[in-house]
Amino acid sequence: MAEAVEARLEANRRPALSIIRDLAIAVAVIVLIWLGLRVLRSETALDALGPLAGKLVQALIGIVLGVVGIWALFVVGNSLVELLPARATTFVRPYLFVGPAIAVVSIFLVAPAIGTIIQSFTEVPEGEGPLYNYAQAFTDPALQVALRNNAIWLVLAPAGSLLIGLAFAGLVDRVKRESFAKAFIFLPLCISGAGVAVIWRFIYEWRPPGQPQIGILNAFVTALGGEPVPWLQEIPVNTLALIVAFIWIQTGFAMVILSAAIKGVPIELMEAARIDGAGELQTFLRVVMPSIRGSVITVFTLSAIAVLKVFDIVYVTTNGNFQTDVIANRMFNEMFRFRNFGFATALAVILLVAVVPIIVINVRNLRRQGIGA
Amino acid sequence: MTAETVEGIPPKTAETAAVRTARASRPRQSSGWLAKVLVLIIAVAWTIPTAGVFVSSFRAEVDVSSSGWWTVFSHPFDFTQYTLANYSRVLTSEDMFEAFVNSLIVTIPATVIPITLAAFAAYAFAWTKFRGRSFLFAIVVGLLVIPLQMSLVPLLRLYGNYDLTGTFVGVWLAHAGFGLPLAIYILYNYISQLPKDIFESAHIDGATPFTAFTRLVIPLSYPALAAFAIFQFLWVWNDLLVSLVFLGTNPDIAVLTVSLAQLVGSRGAAWHLLTAGAFVSMIIPLIVFLTMQRFFVRGILAGSVKG
Repeated sequence: MAEAVEARLEANRRPALSIIRDLAIAVAVIVLIWLGLRVLRSETALDALGPLAGKLVQALIGIVLGVVGIWALFVVGNSLVELLPARATTFVRPYLFVGPAIAVVSIFLVAPAIGTIIQSFTEVPEGEGPLYNYAQAFTDPALQVALRNNAIWLVLAPAGSLLIGLAFAGLVDRVKRESFAKAFIFLPLCISGAGVAVIWRFIYEWRPPGQPQIGILNAFVTALGGEPVPWLQEIPVNTLALIVAFIWIQTGFAMVILSAAIKGVPIELMEAARIDGAGELQTFLRVVMPSIRGSVITVFTLSAIAVLKVFDIVYVTTNGNFQTDVIANRMFNEMFRFRNFGFATALAVILLVAVVPIIVINVRNLRRQGIGA
Repeated sequence: MTAETVEGIPPKTAETAAVRTARASRPRQSSGWLAKVLVLIIAVAWTIPTAGVFVSSFRAEVDVSSSGWWTVFSHPFDFTQYTLANYSRVLTSEDMFEAFVNSLIVTIPATVIPITLAAFAAYAFAWTKFRGRSFLFAIVVGLLVIPLQMSLVPLLRLYGNYDLTGTFVGVWLAHAGFGLPLAIYILYNYISQLPKDIFESAHIDGATPFTAFTRLVIPLSYPALAAFAIFQFLWVWNDLLVSLVFLGTNPDIAVLTVSLAQLVGSRGAAWHLLTAGAFVSMIIPLIVFLTMQRFFVRGILAGSVKG
């Protein structure tokens, strides 16, 4: 087979003129991309067009450049590789396909992750030992609060979204217009954390007693004769308030996965339980639940990972004030606001160490599912 | 990285057919009313937060600050109480139009670039032989577990050295890097299950691996490409952390989420503006959600492992 390919490729060897053409195209593409990037980052290049037209032209250049550029690079790369002798082409081409992706993940994930681990030990004040940042992390009282909050999140948020998602998935299986009903639950999943933060700040809006409450929760509380509660300022209810916002998003995720799993439970199994006299709830608990155990663990572990990394909800609602801080928010502030890079890298490593055991549980669970199913 | 993940994507016809039969014959009548009531209660409770923001964004400033949004329902068809003023204000004087365009400039290439890189890589991993293939693939999949926080500090410094902070190309590449392991994983699962015969016959017909890729793999992988595209599009559009760190808050380049967070910081009590701003930031995801719900669900099932 390989010889046949080579023979044909040899037969297809192109004349010198087309080689020059390919090289010229390659150079032209690279120059065009370079020029486009120059225009895109220049502050003044498009000013002559006026603010609106300038912005839209910039958008056009940016989108075309990004989308067409990446394809043009592959096409050009391929045509250059095909100029090589046939044997070399066959050898090099896989690397042309894999190489860019590997380069990008190396630059953006592998090298930085190694750098972060190293810096967490080396970026310490003069005369301090390599464990300084970690010692700081575990003695700093503000960080104790963040770690404690992450623990509270970890206990309540995955369980809350799992229970409601499971209940809804089980119930919705029995009503008409199922997918319509489901849409309401998973719509929050497509809203950004910043948007969710605004939505829930509005729910929790607090006005002094006597003034009209425009936040629906305090309107409810005062209508029942209570005092309005500053939900986002009052400790410890504020952390719970943020967790509720997270559950509001995450329930849709739990519901989508669990609903798919419940559909997969063989109908005969449930029929058999019913014939044996089991009620609806019993059938669900004794028959459905054990069958979807793997999916439950999956939802739980993935939610737990999302919880450990929660950032934008906290950043936009309280920015960690009033004792609501979490590790990811603290890491962002140490890095971006205080330029405290050593400490920030140590926090990233702590986050990694917290996430890894959960992922191990998840992978084990998936293996078991793979073998069991 | 779930069983469901894989299941949602590749064409396993026998299995889905079985699921469909099970679904069709499911009894829906028993203890119906209680289930209906509970479903209704949860659905309403889940809609109230968004509805409040939606209604308030169309109310005049004085109304929003003096009465609850639910009061409009006492006379919902009195259209004089609704206004578009909040939207025109956030779009113009609060820079949200510019932020909207910036979000498009960031999101579209930051979706297409990783998909392209991943599709080429997944194809090579699945259908070509080269030295180091399984080693490199294991690394890529292993990277799924690394939280992106592990990358931020060194990248911020790298970007500082090469003047990439605050540039669109910088944030495209960052999003591409963070999205790639998942993209390769999803696309590999799909592309590696394409039938072997089609590649052989393409080969015999004289197609190079490159044309086999563009003419066969890309069109045939459309369900997996669409699922990942929607997932990545929404992820990038909704991202705050990466945009804050690598793009920043300057209105010339700030994206919608950053702009909205800024608005909360500067005008935290101006609910008529915040609600309109929130809706401007949500409109594209909502359109994507409503028009492509099927792919959206697949994207969630497939994309749930993203860090």
